[in-house]
Amino acid sequence: MSAEQALIGAPDEQEAQAAPRHVSRSVTLTIGCVLVGVIVLVAVVSLFWVPFAPEDTSGRRLMPPGLPHLLGTDKLGRDLLTQLMIGARIALAAGAGSVVLGGVIGVAAGLAAGFATRWLDDVVSALLDILIAFPTLLLAMLVAATRAASLTSAIVAIGLAMSAIVARLTRVLVKRVLAHDFITAARTSGTSWPRVVLEHVLPNIWPTVSVNLALQFGLAVLAEASLSYLGLGAPPPNASWGRMLQEAQASVFIAPVGVIAPGVLIVVLVIGVNLVADGFRDVADPTRRRRR
Amino acid sequence: MSLLEVTGLGVRSADGRDLISDLSFTVDAGSRFGLIGESGSGKSLTALAIMGLLPPGMTASGSVALDVPGMGRTEIVGARERLLNRLRGRAASVVFQEPLTALDPLMRIGHQVAEPLRRAQGLRGQALREAVTTALEEVRLAEPDRIARAYPHEISGGQRQRVAIAMALACRPALLIADEPTTALDVTVQAEVLALLDGLVSARSMALLFIGHDLAVVSGITDHVLILKDGTAVESGALLDVVNAPRHPYARELVSSARELDAALNGLDGGGRS
Repeated sequence: MSAEQALIGAPDEQEAQAAPRHVSRSVTLTIGCVLVGVIVLVAVVSLFWVPFAPEDTSGRRLMPPGLPHLLGTDKLGRDLLTQLMIGARIALAAGAGSVVLGGVIGVAAGLAAGFATRWLDDVVSALLDILIAFPTLLLAMLVAATRAASLTSAIVAIGLAMSAIVARLTRVLVKRVLAHDFITAARTSGTSWPRVVLEHVLPNIWPTVSVNLALQFGLAVLAEASLSYLGLGAPPPNASWGRMLQEAQASVFIAPVGVIAPGVLIVVLVIGVNLVADGFRDVADPTRRRRR
Repeated sequence: MSLLEVTGLGVRSADGRDLISDLSFTVDAGSRFGLIGESGSGKSLTALAIMGLLPPGMTASGSVALDVPGMGRTEIVGARERLLNRLRGRAASVVFQEPLTALDPLMRIGHQVAEPLRRAQGLRGQALREAVTTALEEVRLAEPDRIARAYPHEISGGQRQRVAIAMALACRPALLIADEPTTALDVTVQAEVLALLDGLVSARSMALLFIGHDLAVVSGITDHVLILKDGTAVESGALLDVVNAPRHPYARELVSSARELDAALNGLDGGGRS
């Protein structure tokens, strides 16, 4: 209380301290949005227009950047820029799909676990620990191996692995929120449990969960690239950055662009998403949105 | 029949310890009852048991009966959740000790006050907004519109407690349980909040169950008291009887320490004047 008043009582000092932090926050958010925005733009454009058809192998093999192939061709003579543009679509779909899947399953399971008491709680948290200890990629390979390799199975695999991590985070957050007086206060005024969850629990865990989901998006993009690199992702003719890396690695000294370009794009997307997640933290939480 | 009748209430923790045993008291409609005890004596648990909101793992025995005009007599111990939810807020509601944690940090004040108003009185839109402003004015908050737009961390402790009182009153309860509502506040703010509670309880002819650890504070606002120690009642009766002739050693200790403080203050006062 007294600390709070001290803060409120000295707005000038507080502003002086908070200002540089805010500037850096908004800069990271802006850079992140630009990086992600470029990839999203490329993916959207690829829906309507690509320089060449993805399965068009009429070009000469392993051509350097130039005309008509702006970034050159791969070892089958396919246009590299076309492949990269379609790859952006695949990467974003993999990230978004697994975040939606992992988010919905994870938050639902975490909510249930957060409300569980005593032995049920112990069982659920032990189960989650086991799931998390299981390497994501291995789990993904198992799922992908039992089904045909496709973008969907990659998303299912990554989403399932992600849901365990999200569930564990949600469980802890829910437990912490439920311990607060305002939950009891809401209950004493006759609010039913479903309403308490909607009105108080979800909004209070959302700032942390959403930032975590944004970070998971980046990890999902990396996981999809890894799965595709291992041949467990989207099958041809759909290009994936991971598979492009794998296909181009044998000719890295003859046609370096084939390796560098998808690698750079993966890095750009992952860094962009992380910066957005970091900047988003302040926007999502009004108690961090201090008077400016 | 009294508004609240607690008979032989016991609360047992998950590991089998008796936290409250054989507690009995009654609160009549429109009367004011004080529950006094040191921390850990089971005061707040009693409040939660009355609301049927004991923490998971704790079990209640005995009987807690609420008899609200128009809602009939209801036994709380062992009642179903749906029945309790209908009762909570309208039969009884609670003001908690720590106003910062009793308000949702991520929800604007106006929205929090609107929630019980909407549910209890079925208000919507403009009528609801006006009811929120009225509710905030009733607890003597200046600039109710600014407060309604603020988040809990943006207003002072005294203002937060007033908001909490407004929320507790929103469903027009027959019984208001105040669980150490002034302990977390500055002394000057404490007096204001007590006066506010006093006025509101009289104006609405609500019953008040006031929980505290300080005999001086509790005696200022109630007419009957019960003194709790380690989960059992050691003394109960009309306030004057207890203050004038405390029988149990702990009750005597409470009374004499309150008197000593009073005497010390009077001494200071006299010394200052001479």
